[in-house]
Order: sequence, then C-alpha cells, then structure tokens
Amino acid sequence: MSVEFVLKTENLTKHYGGVHALEGANFELRKGEHVAIMGDNGAGKSTFVRQITGVEQRTSGRVWLYGEEVNFSGPLEAREHGIETVFQTLALADDLDVPDNLFLGRERTFADWLGPFRLLDYRSMRQSTLDALNRTGVKIPNIRNTIQNMSGGQRQCVAIARTATFHSKLTIMDEPTAALGVQETAQVENIIRTLKAEGEPLILISHNMRQVMDLVDRIVVFRRGRICANLRKEETNGEDIVAYITGAKTQPGYEDAL
Amino acid sequence: MADKSQGTGGLTFDKSKRSWPNELNILLALVIIIVIFEIIGQTAPYMRGQSFLFDTRDRFDSIFNEARLQIIILQVAIIGIIALGVTQVIITAGIDLSSGPLVAATAMIAMSFAQTELVNSNPNPKAIFGVWAMDLPVIIPVVIGITFGAFIGAINGTFIAFFRIPPFIATLGMFLICRGIALWWSNGQPVSFPTDSYKFIGSGMMPVVWFLSLAVVFHIIMRYTVYGKHTYAIGSNEEAARMSGINVKRHKVLVYMIAAMLAAFAGVVLSSKGATAQAGMGEFYELFAIAMAVIGGISLTGGRGSIIGTVLGAMVIGVIRSGFTYVKLDGSYQLVAMGAIIIAAVVLDQYRQRNRA
Repeated sequence: MSVEFVLKTENLTKHYGGVHALEGANFELRKGEHVAIMGDNGAGKSTFVRQITGVEQRTSGRVWLYGEEVNFSGPLEAREHGIETVFQTLALADDLDVPDNLFLGRERTFADWLGPFRLLDYRSMRQSTLDALNRTGVKIPNIRNTIQNMSGGQRQCVAIARTATFHSKLTIMDEPTAALGVQETAQVENIIRTLKAEGEPLILISHNMRQVMDLVDRIVVFRRGRICANLRKEETNGEDIVAYITGAKTQPGYEDAL
Repeated sequence: MADKSQGTGGLTFDKSKRSWPNELNILLALVIIIVIFEIIGQTAPYMRGQSFLFDTRDRFDSIFNEARLQIIILQVAIIGIIALGVTQVIITAGIDLSSGPLVAATAMIAMSFAQTELVNSNPNPKAIFGVWAMDLPVIIPVVIGITFGAFIGAINGTFIAFFRIPPFIATLGMFLICRGIALWWSNGQPVSFPTDSYKFIGSGMMPVVWFLSLAVVFHIIMRYTVYGKHTYAIGSNEEAARMSGINVKRHKVLVYMIAAMLAAFAGVVLSSKGATAQAGMGEFYELFAIAMAVIGGISLTGGRGSIIGTVLGAMVIGVIRSGFTYVKLDGSYQLVAMGAIIIAAVVLDQYRQRNRA
C-alpha cells in the first residue's frame, strides 16, 4: 500500500442489526488534503467517522493509515496513532484551564522518576498554549480561566486548538461549527485554514455549503449509507452537491448507491 | 507579572486576572467566627472580659493565648489527616465512608505490633501476640498499619473503578467490614501498653506536626504533579479524561489507596496519642472529615476543592469546638452550630457558583 494515502478504507461496512448504516465505503485521503463529508441526516457520515476512530467496531472492511493496516480497539488507540477527533460533544474538563485541557493526558513534566507524582512543567505548557492559540488566531481573554467560564465558541476553539497543537497525522472534525455564532465560526474556519497551510490532513463533516466550498479540496457525498459522489471542488458547485445529497444525481462509478 | 497581551486580540496570561480563590472566602469565614467569639468573650457579662484569642495574663512574651491555639488545631489534627485523603477522593467525584472504622481497625492491628513485653516489670496484660511481637522497632507497627490501609483502599478502589460499584455503596460496605475487623481482632478487648517510641508518634503536638506536614506534601502533589492534575480531570469530566489517555481506573484505585493510607496513619497517631486501641475508636470520623472538606469549599460532584480549603475547613471546626467551650455552651449546641455551618457553607458556595456562571 502506498504511503501517499493518509487514510484509505476498503469496503468499510457497518450494520446495526438489520440497519445497514454504512455499506462498502471506499475512501481515500491524500497527504495535505482537506476533504469534506456531506450528506443528509442518517446518510452514514458520523457512522463512517466512528468506524475510523475506533469508537465503534466495523462489521467488515479494511482501513489503512499511512499505508499501515489498522484495527483500533478504541478511540484511545486511534489517538495514539495520531488521529485527533473533535467530537460534537466536547471532551473538555470544565474545572481546568486552557493549558491543562490542551495537555491533558500528555502533560510536560520533569523529575519523571517520581512516577505518578512527577512534576508539571507549567511554564512550558503555558508558553506552548499561547503559541498554539496565536498560531491558530484563537482569541481567549485569559488562558487561566477555567472552561466553565467560557462561551460555547471559546470551548470549541480550545477543543480544536488541542488537535492543532500536537501536529496530528489526521484531524477529524464532526460539525465543528454547528452550534456557533458568526464570529466564532470564523475563528474555527481560521484554524482549519492554518491546518491547511501547514499541510495537515483533515476530514470535515459539515452541513454548511459555503464553509465546505470555502475550505476543502474535495467533497465526498454520502447517501443512505453509501458514497454516491467524490467531487473535486473546482468541478462542482452547491446545486450540484445538493443534487447528489438528495439523490437527484449519482456520479458514474457509484451506481450501486441507491 | 505585568500584563502580557499577545498579538491577536488580547490573548493573555496574567496572574493578577486569576479569579478570587475560594480559599479566601473560607479564611474570611474563619476570621468572622473568631471575631464573634472574641466579641462574646469581651462583652458577655458572665465572661468578665476574657479574650478568646489573645493572652490576658499580661505575660511579656506572648500576644496570643497559645494554649487555646494549640487546642484548636490539636483537636482536629487527627481527623484532619483523614480529611486530606477524603479531599482527594471527593475531587474525583467519589466519597469514602470507610475511614472512621478503618482508623479503629488500623489502630488495633498496629498497636498489636507495638506492645511492650513488660509493664511495671509484669508481663503485658493486654498482649495480643507472643513475645516475638513485643518491643519491635516503631517502624514495624507503622508500616503494618499503613500497609493494611493500602490494602483496604485498593479493595475500595478496585470495586469502584473496575466493578463500577457506586463509591457510596462500596465504602459503606467497607465501613461495616472494617468495624467488624476491629471488633474481631481482639474479641472486642482493647489493645494497650505500647513502646515509648510508638507513644511518641502521637505525643504532645505531634499530631499537628503530622497533619500540617502531610497537608503541605499533598498540597504540592495536588497542585504541581501529574497525579493531582489527573485527579481533578477525572472529577471534572471522566469521559474527557479517558479520551485524553488517562488511565482512569488505575488512577482511581491509587486515589482510594492514598486516602485509606492516610486514614490508617491517622489510626496509628490516634492509638499512639491515647496509648491504647479500641474497636469503637474513630466513630463519626469519616463524617467529620467529609465536613471539613465541604466547609473547605469542595464540590461533591467533583473537580473542585483543594487541600488548603480542607485545612481551613478543619480550622473552622476546631475554632467552633473550642469557641463553644470557651463561651461555656453545652456540646449539644456545638453540634447544632457545626451542622448549620456545613449547610451554610454549601448554600453560599452554590450561590457563588450560580452568580459566576
């Protein structure tokens, strides 16, 4: 398998009992590429992501990450392999501040011989947090604030900045701006542009057509559990995509999509 | 540190912008309670102008009534040691009800290995074991006691983390088991006559020395180590902690072990202080330890609270106890007042939280 692909799936399938939520998905993501996944509710977008990130176990099919076949037993293992996911429900600790959340589970420490009582390197973590937030253009009044004192947009930015801080091998965002206001959405989009500029691959699930056309290179449309189109941004437009989402059109090569 | 606004839109790390620490509120409450007692002492007719806090005997070398200050802290020091552990457990959104009986069980077990062979040239009348367990170096009963605590804590933690038993139920069961162990150990007989070196552990102001030095150690651990950070993270959002790669189950077992080891050490100090161990020791200690943490501003839903807060909470209870004795009010009033203060502490804290949100 060529290492040219960041992620490749072959016949990825997930059945919940008799419900065929995902059926034979063949998906490829190249280095540095940003791909959007679109589709109606229940089209299989989130199901697809859950199979990749190990949140659920797939029924059948194979997944390669950077040419290496992977079979994650849980989200933690996926993370250890460099897949960072921003879920719709944010995984932040409300009583901790921004650097604590950014570095949760991978704190910088010294005196490591103390085992679980090794000391935290607060200064370095704070500096890196400021760097990361500056790099991504996130505006947070005071990083020593605990998360519970922040607006929804600021929380989302922290969650996304976390993925951006660690140079992940693959970032997946599941509707990152669904609950945000205009300004906050702009901030999140800025982070995504930063990731693009740094050549970090991204899978973005979104319903926002403008956002998708603005940010990504390629759009993959899901319909009723199957991929029904794989479109380059330059060769398509909003109406076209809607036609694929609703089932008015099906791209040649994907005729088995219903 | 000066304001360090960064390029893009006021991104700062400014120490002065940190929110008003919760601990200052407790300190304020502590001062208010002391002032109330001082005013009652100076003005109430039957008190004849005594002072609660200051020296009234016109000695050159002292400003404060040192004896009272010592009693205030001495009478809460042993429960305070338990409260340091309970604080950590509650920060993970758990609870530990087993600490009081664990104090008794540990006292019995540790004391059995700390007995002297001869009492006034006669054989020890309360001997549990043979001569082989007599006059051992003091480290042996201490290590045995703390190891027993670690064992009990590991069982607590294992049932809570791996078998998903609610902490309340798991430690309630252990509450009864430990009391049972304490009674069974010597068939309800007290264990007495320890060696002099064992007696030293709890003599004089030693309980206070243990309490305050352990408080400093655990303050540093909770604030500056990975262990502390993960403890807060688990209490704050267990799912997020798990997703961040923290081994939540193993960490919980460690927290319950440390809490139980602290309770066990409190048992050692208590038995040393009284030079005897009895199965009924430590009654309600677990509840007073929880009360100290609660007055100290801990949140029973986890994620919030601190060692400093708990130490101040312990001081509040100590001041109320000696204050009521000082104004010559009966013990029954003490309990009512303490109960009211615990409830008031939580009410005020909730009010504060709501206002901030």
